[in-house]
Amino acid sequence: MLRLPTQVRTQILGHCLSGLPDEACGLIAGDFAAGQVSRCFPTRNMAASSKLYTVDPREHLHAELEAEKLGLEIIGVFHSHTHTDAYPSNTDVERASTPLSDPRWHYVLVSLRDPRPVLRSYRIVDGQVSEEPVVEIDEPR
Amino acid sequence: MRTHLLEAPVAEGWKEEVVPVEVRLPTVLRPHAGGQTIVSARGATIGEVLADLTHSYPAMAGQLLTDDGTLHRFVNVYVNDDDVRYLDKLDTKVAEGDTVSILPAVAGG
Repeated sequence: MLRLPTQVRTQILGHCLSGLPDEACGLIAGDFAAGQVSRCFPTRNMAASSKLYTVDPREHLHAELEAEKLGLEIIGVFHSHTHTDAYPSNTDVERASTPLSDPRWHYVLVSLRDPRPVLRSYRIVDGQVSEEPVVEIDEPR
Repeated sequence: MRTHLLEAPVAEGWKEEVVPVEVRLPTVLRPHAGGQTIVSARGATIGEVLADLTHSYPAMAGQLLTDDGTLHRFVNVYVNDDDVRYLDKLDTKVAEGDTVSILPAVAGG
């Protein structure tokens, strides 16, 4: 389960829409144990592509340091699919399965295919994708 | 064998200075260091620092290095705020007190 404050959901959708025509991406920070997002860190998509995303590593580093200062953990990543479903692609699954991939991460997908964006969240562990419910909450912790 | 990371390039009349640095670990490597986020390591270059790190914590080697001893493809290494792939990669020199950060590459499609 992923608890997502409405305010953060709006920021994620906003960043994804503003990234068009390319995929957009960013990190989500909060608490693993509670499955709760406190804030997001929108980042640059270094791939600058409508089909691929790469989180800018320097922005990732800055997000890690800022999250630590705030007592938060980076608990996952969000990115958009411009023309396909809000479901992890084969590339998404491969890149979630590298030696340094954290198996606790939440993978938030936003589909911009239809006029109304669709946001879903997944766990990807040992190459297996499982969807988890996204519970919208009022305030960040 | 991963020997080349352990060889310090020493030319005659020139010696690189081995210095202590801080290494910031990615989350999946922290259990190998007793849960610490930051550990100390020594070296004159990034390659030497990583060799020292995997010498101190051998369990990390498999997740950081490929079979031929090079850095795994989906690993980002920073010296302070600079990505070493845009400096001298494993030959990037480090200074005392530098923070070397190891992060997973986050990407997809």
